[in-house]
Amino acid sequence: MMQRLLFLVLACGVGLVSASGHQFALDHAPINLRDKASLQRGAQLFANYCQGCHSLQFMRYRRLAEDSGMVDESGNVLTTLVKDNLMFSVDKIGDTMLTAMQADDAKKWFASIPPPDLSLTARKNGADWLYTYLRAFYKDETRPWGVNNAVFDNVAMPHVLVGLQGVQMPVYKENEHGKKVIEKLELQTPGLLPPEEYNKRVADLVNFLVYVSEPGQLTRQQIGVWVVMFLIVMSLLAYFLKRAYWKDVH
Amino acid sequence: MSKLLNWVDARFPLTKLWNEHVGQYYTPKNFNFWYYFGSLALFILVSQILTGIWLTMSYNPTEEGAFASVEHIMRDVEWGWLIRYLHAVGASLFFVVIYLHMFRGLLYGSYKAPRELVWLLGMFIYVTLMAEAFFGYLLPWGQMSFWGAKVITELFGAIPVIGEDLVVWIRGDYGVSGATLNRFFALHVIAVPLIIVGLVVLHIMALHEVGSNNPDGIEIKKVKDNNGNPVDGVPFHPYFTVKDFFGLMVFLTIFSLIVFFFPEMGGYFLEHSNFDAANFLVTPEHIAPVWYFTPFYAMLRAVPHEFLGVVTMGAGVAIFFVLPWLDRCPVRSVRYRSNFYKWLLVVFAVTFVGLGVLGTLPVDPMLTVLARIFTAVYFLFFLLMPIYTSFEKTKPVPERVTD
Repeated sequence: MMQRLLFLVLACGVGLVSASGHQFALDHAPINLRDKASLQRGAQLFANYCQGCHSLQFMRYRRLAEDSGMVDESGNVLTTLVKDNLMFSVDKIGDTMLTAMQADDAKKWFASIPPPDLSLTARKNGADWLYTYLRAFYKDETRPWGVNNAVFDNVAMPHVLVGLQGVQMPVYKENEHGKKVIEKLELQTPGLLPPEEYNKRVADLVNFLVYVSEPGQLTRQQIGVWVVMFLIVMSLLAYFLKRAYWKDVH
Repeated sequence: MSKLLNWVDARFPLTKLWNEHVGQYYTPKNFNFWYYFGSLALFILVSQILTGIWLTMSYNPTEEGAFASVEHIMRDVEWGWLIRYLHAVGASLFFVVIYLHMFRGLLYGSYKAPRELVWLLGMFIYVTLMAEAFFGYLLPWGQMSFWGAKVITELFGAIPVIGEDLVVWIRGDYGVSGATLNRFFALHVIAVPLIIVGLVVLHIMALHEVGSNNPDGIEIKKVKDNNGNPVDGVPFHPYFTVKDFFGLMVFLTIFSLIVFFFPEMGGYFLEHSNFDAANFLVTPEHIAPVWYFTPFYAMLRAVPHEFLGVVTMGAGVAIFFVLPWLDRCPVRSVRYRSNFYKWLLVVFAVTFVGLGVLGTLPVDPMLTVLARIFTAVYFLFFLLMPIYTSFEKTKPVPERVTD
């Protein structure tokens, strides 16, 4: 009876998900936070393409530099390198990665919805969402910026990376309910980068944003290995101690 | 050292307290897996208080600064990320432990005479803990924090006559705002923890007054040795201090696996939408309370009437209070009760978990039917108890423990 009830609950859940309408399939984002070169490339892309509108208000330049290897042999941050390549709106290496766009201007230019801060977007939406989103823009003459997005319908953001990716067109199909949905996107006009290269650059950017969402991730996991190993040993020792005391009981 | 002890003992009953509650407190020797959760709950309480204190040192309880202060703790404060994860994961594990602790009571009839007061005090702790978790959840000031608090405080508006004014009084404002955040902070940090600690002290005192129950449900004090100690009991120290230490190590291993590798637990311990700062202009796609409230949330949604839904949800919690008087079976432990009751307990557990799962899902007509069935089964389990427990075919209960 228990199994039948469990099956019923699960079946209802599955039924619910498939009935909720078409969702553009998310691709798996290749995340590797140990790849410091990737983090640096992602930071560079962010500074040059995204930071004009988006801030990373919780990310300090100094920490980014330390964690992504922008340091000399003694481990000192290469301040000039960081300032020249990544710092266009603030002065000090300890400052956070703010955007130069003023809040009032942002409200005016983007119809009261200013471009959001992206510090925690990777935790909120997930790496796969970001990776697919940045590659899912397509031409749509009806939109203010001339583009729409298969992952985020009617998004207010222009396709900043269109120069690199090129212009995509949607290919439609009919879903189970007879509604017209996007099946896939096809490259109509090539950009500066071939698709595989563009995907790699986007992967770097998403890698960087995943890092920004929780800079201490790698440290957390590294410490965790030792903590858990220690506790497993402690549990074993505790068990034998318990057994020794309880031998005369029972 | 003994001189110091004598000095204290002449002024404070230290050795007496130690002997009464630890050194010579005789505990049944047949405790099993289900009996770890009381001491684990006490450990988590201490952990939450300590991590909470350190969080309070860096947290900013204002509308403008709260969200950013949590990120400040995560990034800039030394070991802040660890303290935050210990506190957030600890909160969820607190409820896991408490639900298992309560289920032990159901299994072995620990709520029956003479332990009704232990059970009642435990229920008061449970309700207070729910309030503590609710107040604490607003503090990060994320989208789910804000909207969850808005929905739940709105429910009080359903109370006739005084409802609307009551909601404003609770919030300290017409909507959930910085005023609400400040007062929830005060309640979460000092008022409710004081109440919980006081109740826990009373809970343990009430337990020690009558002695612990055990998986066989028999009174170990009935058979004593020449020294007047129960033959089926062992002193809490060192037997259960060493056993609970082992239990604690296993628990900490699981706790650490989660804290260091899966702190978000797929969005159930740290919800994804809470990584967005609170915005009263944007409603999240799907507002749901944290997982440990979802069984009762499912009951609330199952009833198609605002006030009656609130009443049903409250009754779902309140009915646990009267359990000692609903269960008329003279046998305590499920081991010696009817097969019928054993299956009923399984059904109840499935119902509770089922309601919990439904509470996490968005509203759906088919699922609402299921929620209504589960809610009915849940209440019937309790309400019909005086009848079906009076006619149970029980097995003979042994004189001595069976382990």
